Amino acid sequence: MAKLETKIHNIVLKNPVMTASGTFGYGEEFADFINLSRLGGIIVKGTTGERRQGNPYPRMAETPAGMLNAVGLQNVGVATFCKEVYPRIKDIDTNILVNVSGSSIEEYCSVAEQIDELDNIPGIELNISCPNVKKGGMGFGTNPEMAAQVVSEVRKVYHKTLIVKLTPNVTSVVDIAKAVEQAGADSVSLINTMLGMAIDVERQRPYLSTITGGLSGPCVKPVAVRMVWQVAHAVQIPVVGLGGISCAADALEFLMAGAKAIEVGTANFLDPAVTVKIVDGLQDYCQRHHIDDINDIIGII
Amino acid sequence: MKHITDFVIENRTQLGEQYFSLTLRHPGQLPPIAAGQFVEVEVRHCREVLLRRPISIHDVDAERNTLTLLIQIVGKGTRQLSELKVGEELNLVYPLGHGFSVEGKRPLLVGGGAGIAPLFHLAKCYQAKGVVPTILLGGRTKELIPVRDAFGQYGKVCYATEDGSLGEKGLVTQHTAFAGDYDQICTCGPTPMMKAVGRYALEKGIPCEVSLENMMACGIGACLCCVCDTDEGHKCVCKEGPVFDVRRLTKWLEATK
Repeated sequence: MAKLETKIHNIVLKNPVMTASGTFGYGEEFADFINLSRLGGIIVKGTTGERRQGNPYPRMAETPAGMLNAVGLQNVGVATFCKEVYPRIKDIDTNILVNVSGSSIEEYCSVAEQIDELDNIPGIELNISCPNVKKGGMGFGTNPEMAAQVVSEVRKVYHKTLIVKLTPNVTSVVDIAKAVEQAGADSVSLINTMLGMAIDVERQRPYLSTITGGLSGPCVKPVAVRMVWQVAHAVQIPVVGLGGISCAADALEFLMAGAKAIEVGTANFLDPAVTVKIVDGLQDYCQRHHIDDINDIIGII
Repeated sequence: MKHITDFVIENRTQLGEQYFSLTLRHPGQLPPIAAGQFVEVEVRHCREVLLRRPISIHDVDAERNTLTLLIQIVGKGTRQLSELKVGEELNLVYPLGHGFSVEGKRPLLVGGGAGIAPLFHLAKCYQAKGVVPTILLGGRTKELIPVRDAFGQYGKVCYATEDGSLGEKGLVTQHTAFAGDYDQICTCGPTPMMKAVGRYALEKGIPCEVSLENMMACGIGACLCCVCDTDEGHKCVCKEGPVFDVRRLTKWLEATK
C-alpha cells in the first residue's frame, strides 16, 4: 500500500481527496453512499453571517461537459451552522473544513471568528471567488489589493489553517495567489467556477434567473490544471486543485501539476460514490507505477 | 436509505409517440419505495448529457424486485434513454425524495401528461390499504395520457381531454368528478394544473399534496439547484419534496410563473 497522506499547512489529510464546497452539502447527504471517513477532507457549504435564500429558481443549466449554477450562497448562516449542523458532523473521522463567504470584510471576519471557536474544524476555505452574489464574493477575488486586504483582516481573527479559494475569472491568477500568500494565507485552492452564460433559444431567454452563472464540470478541467500549475510554481504555500475532477486520472493531473490535495465537485452529482473511487484509483495508480508515497509525484511537471 | 444500483432492463414499451416505459429488475432485493419517490438515472453514451435525469417511479413490484419508469421524451437525455434495449443495464440512484402520505379515506388522484406516472404506484398503495381512489387523468388529447386502462384495477378512473377525444371535454378541474367529496387530493402534472388543483383544495380545506418537478442536478439535497420558493423559503424539491403539502406552498400557488 502506497502512502497517500498529504499535508495542507497544519492539516494532515489521510489522502489528497476532499470534496468541493457547495457540491457535498454537509457530508451527511452522502453517508448512504460512502464511508465519509475514507475522505481526506470535506469542505462544507459556503457559510455566511446570516441565513441566505440564494438566487431565484432556475439556478442550474446543463451545458456541454459541464453545468452552470447560480445558487448564490444559499445557506443556514453561521450561527445555525455552529449550533445545529456542527454537532451533527463534528465527529466524522475526516477533516471538516468550512467554506467562509461574505459580502463585506466585516462579514468574512465575523464568520471566520465564529468558526475559529469550533474545535473539530481545523481550517477554513475563504471564498473570495463566488461569481453568483451581487456584493462581495468574486469582487474581492479579482483584485490583488482587495484580496490581500480581506485575507489580512481574516488572518488577524482566524488562527487555524486558512485556505483562500481563488477565482479563474482574472487575467493573472498568479498575481492574486501571490497577493493572498503575502497577506497571510496558509494555502490557496483553485479554481472556483468560471463565469458563463447559456441561452434557451426556443424561449429566447437565458436559462438562469441571474443570466450568468458559474461553469463547472469536466469542461473546465484543462483551464484548472493550467492555473494550478502556474500558481504552484509561483507560491511557496500548498495549493489545493479543483475543477472538473471526476476520476483518479483527473486527480493525478492536478497532483502532478503541483496540487498537494484536490477537491471533487460536480462529479459528486453524477456519482455520489465517486470520491472513494478516486481514493482507490490513486492507490491503484501508485501500485501500478511502484510509487511508495503520493508526495513523490506532486509537482513533477 | 439511498442506493446506487445497476438495474437490468426487463421490458420496454412504447406508449404513443412521446412516451415509453422501462421495467427494471434489481439484481437482488428491491428496498421499500414510497409512492411519489423518484430515481436519478444515468444517461450513458451521450456526449451532450452530463447530469443524471430525475424520473418518478411509476410502478413497483416488490415480489419480482422490479420497478417501472414512465418517461416522456422531452430532450436529449430522455431521447437517449428511449433508445435503451431490453437486457441493457441502467444505473440508478434511488429511492429519492419524500413521497405521498397515503392517508386519505376518499382520495382523489389528479394527473396530467407525464405526471400520471407516480399516481399509478400511489393508487396501488391505496388499494393495498383497502381504499379505492378516484383517479382523474387529463391531457390535451387521448394520446397524451400515456397509461389509461391499467389504472382501472386500482380505482375509479375518469378522463378529461381538451379536445374531447376521451372522457369529458375540458380541463381536469372542470370534470364533474373533480368537485366530488374527497378527504385527500394528490396531484402531479403540468404546473398550471397543479396550481389550479392546489388552490381549489386550499380553498375547500381539503388536504392536498402536489408533486413538483424542478430542474435538478444531484437529487439528494447537496447542490441546492432545484429549489421551490415555499412559505418557509427555498426548499430542495429533490429532498424536501418532490411531494409537498400545498399549505407549505401558498406563495408558490399565488405566483403566476
